[in-house]
Amino acid sequence: MAKVLMKGNEAIGEAAIRAGCLNYFAYPITPQSEVAEYLARRMPEVNGVFLQGESEVAVGYMLFGAAGAGERVFTTSSSPGVSLMSEAISYIAGAQCPAVFVNIIRGGPGLGGILPSQGDYFQSVKGGGHGDYRMLVMAPASVQEAVEMVMTAFPLAEKYRNPVMILGDGLIGQMMEPVEFPEHLRSEPSKKDDWATNGMDTRKSATRNLVKSLYLDPEALNNHNLLLKSKYDRMKQEEVRYESYNAEGEYQALIVSYGTMSRVCRTAIDHLKEEGIEVGMIRPQTVFPFPEKAIHEAASKENCRVVLSIEMSMGQMVEDVERAVMGKRPVKWYGKCGGEVPTPEEIIEVVKEHL
Amino acid sequence: MGKTFQKPEALTDVHTHYCPGCTHGVIHRLVGEVIDELGIRGRTVGIAPVGCAVLAYNYFSCDFQEAAHGRAPAMATGIKRVRPDLMVFTYQGDGDLASIGMGEIIHAANRGEKFTAIFVNNAVYGMTGGQMAPTTMPGQRTTTSPLGRNTEETGMPIRVAELLSSLATEGYITRQTVIKPKFINRTKKALKKAFTYQMEGRCFSLVEVVSTCPTNWGMTPLDAIKWTEETLLPYFPLGDFKTPEEAEAVSANA
Ligand SMILES: Cc1ncc(C[n+]2csc(CCOP(=O)(O)OP(=O)(O)O)c2C)c(N)n1
Ligand code: SF4
Repeated sequence: MAKVLMKGNEAIGEAAIRAGCLNYFAYPITPQSEVAEYLARRMPEVNGVFLQGESEVAVGYMLFGAAGAGERVFTTSSSPGVSLMSEAISYIAGAQCPAVFVNIIRGGPGLGGILPSQGDYFQSVKGGGHGDYRMLVMAPASVQEAVEMVMTAFPLAEKYRNPVMILGDGLIGQMMEPVEFPEHLRSEPSKKDDWATNGMDTRKSATRNLVKSLYLDPEALNNHNLLLKSKYDRMKQEEVRYESYNAEGEYQALIVSYGTMSRVCRTAIDHLKEEGIEVGMIRPQTVFPFPEKAIHEAASKENCRVVLSIEMSMGQMVEDVERAVMGKRPVKWYGKCGGEVPTPEEIIEVVKEHL
Repeated sequence: MGKTFQKPEALTDVHTHYCPGCTHGVIHRLVGEVIDELGIRGRTVGIAPVGCAVLAYNYFSCDFQEAAHGRAPAMATGIKRVRPDLMVFTYQGDGDLASIGMGEIIHAANRGEKFTAIFVNNAVYGMTGGQMAPTTMPGQRTTTSPLGRNTEETGMPIRVAELLSSLATEGYITRQTVIKPKFINRTKKALKKAFTYQMEGRCFSLVEVVSTCPTNWGMTPLDAIKWTEETLLPYFPLGDFKTPEEAEAVSANA
């Protein structure tokens, strides 16, 4: 298929359709309203469902209802909206339904700003809602990667019967890049007759299905949580994805960075190489599950003196990097938020400071 | 004989957890009978609220989802939009529908979502131990209005049926009660009408049912019925507030 030039937000909407998801509910918020605008036009063309809900709270539950009924469904939002959806995300995880959420992060806290940020790392990776649940969280670094992650999110959500989140910063949504929609990533929705409330007649069954998160008996609730935990443990075994850059040979420092921030880090690493300073990088593509082992091993390389977590936030991922490095090397944080992206020059300076 | 006492097929064969004299059980039965009579059990999805009816999914033998507090109308919207062929009903208390979930019900009604909301108005929060609800009567004592509801501070009880019938979108909005056999028959008729409108893909429907909570009102079941008649019904009048036929008549006249 030929590549087409598309804005990130529109490509994300198209990717869901190409993946085989024809149901979209959303509430407008900058910097991702273009997804809703694109799909308001596009969904009717493919006989899909487009609905602008009255709030992100309601949208979260529209997803819950639709997913519970066994249909593929997704939404897109940005930070304050995702806070409101977090209640529903907790219920969806508790009731074990597959649904896809895209967060095009903007600066916070509160109303914050509308420029790119990575300030929702904790919210998405550590659980923005209540209770012991996790989401599988993927962080794209390009529009093409966003397309591929959206397309793989649906079968992954169905494999685990769990919400999956695409964590993009505002740059991903606004960037224009050439993209293609890989045909092999289109997937058929999985069979959901075992659990979905798709109507007994639909599945030709005499027994009804229940979609619920309530377990009043303490032992039953503990067992339910153990079952959920076993899924999260399986994600840690099977779904860790990362990319390494300049990490084959020896290096004096290791950078850990994700999303568009990692692209700036790449440029900095190239410049440093020209100066004779070798720096490796691990870019988590999944931030939950986190590539702990890869980071630990990369940090443990003989000449590596320091590990830098570089983020568009005030030091969130650095806590996971510290956990992965396990004291083997000093771990430092550098970052900015509010919409200013650290420049290659700044990163070069930070690296030199720590060597 | 016997037939009238048989459990509807749409209800499971278990004892409910409701208190003696509580009207939740009667309403469940009516919904079950209507589902049976319309022959829709195999394509019906119920949505349980957070409130005393949170376990309603144990009592109906059709597919069920359990919502978060107040969010049932948004879930019903999600289901109906992606599967318009399914019959969907929410079953909600007054705290659930008229307080925390007021936004969801108004917008679902205004979009004309084609599901049926069954709204159990017992003037109190039952499940959490009798706190004040948006439907609590002026002067009514509850655990969070121990001296009686002070309308200076908390406003007047919300009349949900009237409020929703003020929306310009077509709908079927009615208020009924189940405190006496003649009312029970009317409630069943209203429920059947509501489900039928849904089946025809016609409009949003809401059946408000003025109910009793003897436990949290601190009354015997009989006194609760009396209090409902004397205090609740004058403020919450019964009847149809809006029907799609009326809307048609109005637009034909215009
Ligand atoms: C978000 C949230 N807030 C509060 C509660 C606690 N809570 C459970 S039931 C309920 C009130 C239910 O009252 P009502 O809807 O009138 O139903 P009833 O129990 O009277 O049938 C409340 C406040 C909750 N479960 N979730
Ligand atoms: S507390 Fe009230 S509403 Fe709840 S079951 Fe008992 S009587 Fe019914």
